[in-house]
Amino acid sequence: MDSGKIVFSGLDIEIGRGAVTAIMGPSGTGKTTLLKLITGQVGADRGQVVVDGHDVARLNRKQIFALRRRMGMLFQNGALLTDLDVFENVAFPLREHTRLPERLIRTIVLTKLHAVGLRGAASLYPQQLSGGMGRRVALARAIVMDPEILIYDEPFAGLDPISMGVVLRLIRSLNDALGITSIVVTHDVREISQIADMSFIIAEGKVVASGTTAELRDHPSPIVHQFVDGLADGPVPFHYPAAEYHEQLLGGKVFA
Amino acid sequence: MNAILRDFVQSFLTFLERVGLLVRFALRLFAILPSALLRVRPIIEQVYNTGAMSLVIIMTCGLFVGMVLGLQGYDLLTRFGSEEYLGTATAVSLLRELGPVVTALLFAGRAGTALAAELGLMRATDQIAAMEIMAVDPMRRVVLPRFLGGVIAMPLLVSIFIVVGLFGAQLVGVELFGVDSGSFWSQMRSSVELGDIREGLVKGVVFGVACSLIAVYEGYNAMPTAEGVGRATTRTVVISAVVTLILDYILSALML
Repeated sequence: MDSGKIVFSGLDIEIGRGAVTAIMGPSGTGKTTLLKLITGQVGADRGQVVVDGHDVARLNRKQIFALRRRMGMLFQNGALLTDLDVFENVAFPLREHTRLPERLIRTIVLTKLHAVGLRGAASLYPQQLSGGMGRRVALARAIVMDPEILIYDEPFAGLDPISMGVVLRLIRSLNDALGITSIVVTHDVREISQIADMSFIIAEGKVVASGTTAELRDHPSPIVHQFVDGLADGPVPFHYPAAEYHEQLLGGKVFA
Repeated sequence: MNAILRDFVQSFLTFLERVGLLVRFALRLFAILPSALLRVRPIIEQVYNTGAMSLVIIMTCGLFVGMVLGLQGYDLLTRFGSEEYLGTATAVSLLRELGPVVTALLFAGRAGTALAAELGLMRATDQIAAMEIMAVDPMRRVVLPRFLGGVIAMPLLVSIFIVVGLFGAQLVGVELFGVDSGSFWSQMRSSVELGDIREGLVKGVVFGVACSLIAVYEGYNAMPTAEGVGRATTRTVVISAVVTLILDYILSALML
């Protein structure tokens, strides 16, 4: 990336059509970067990202936009357009990409809002929504064009347990009802393991473990064990690299 | 000495790079201009946002600048016993210099910062990225209407500033100091040429393009953090002010 740091090396992930696939890993392992690779926001220096048979890096801007119309994405904080109300936010992709009559747009938007339980909030502005509601509106917007692939970037971050349960159920039910391929990037292991068909754990630039929830639970690798059980210390150390503790206390250099 | 020279060369290169990026940004903006002109509504909204919302500050400042001109002009002209030229003096200085320049400086402070902060926040809250994912070009949908709104609003604001300024000068000169109202207006009408008005409007348009471009460029390319948005707004004001004054000299020299 910009800093010259290598984010991924030797990463190999296959995401099944129609399934809920979880991509997990400690903070800072480049999970969001992986999503940007899939959507063509950034390019890889080496290797391939293939979406539905298309090599994303080889597509021109127009083709990438065409591919993105078949994708929906839920951003970490919802990323609703703050100058539009909830209804217009959900209607936004329809207005930009289709020439549907107003009545049909209204019907589609209300259906999608109903699906996330927020039909009554249509006239509110994003500033008036709670975190969980905002994310549900963003979810309604992500599915308004009936995408084939739905990508979730940290969908549970900062949500209270009730909202988290709601979003969790929505991910699964939308996946099954609409036949979508869902990719969920998260580090909420316990939550996602309830609904994921397949999980990948990424650490240090590569996949350290993959499999179903049960397979991951019994995985022999210590880093998977640390991650799944939420242990403070292990292969991912608690301490940031530093000089020897006693040396530093006895007046050595402050920085290693 | 060598280090100073190296520093100087380095900052000159950085400056050139910045200018290059700005030019590239402007070219992209102009390339999508024709297609965006078809959608009038967002442009009108932005004329309202940048223009109408700046009216109060523009009119207040216009009034006081005009009143100061009336005051100083009267004081100066009575020394030569030619206070009937007060109308001409204020009109010419407002039309050719003070109107466009002060309006541009106020525009940068009021509308320019608002534009930069809005775009910067849209970037920081992933709204720009969300549009890209929805296969909507943010340059077309967000940046261009704001740029055009500023370009259209500026000459209008300049005109209003000048008119209110003349009223202010008249208030002080005629109403307060008792300059003959007939000679105030008739001298103005006989000596102000069409060229003076044209100079004011040309400057208004050019400053409008420059200030709006700088504001949308800085906002759109802001670092997606609170600090980055703050820096973008500061830079908008500083760069706009400097560029306005430099352009003012060049345009004045060209149109003399």
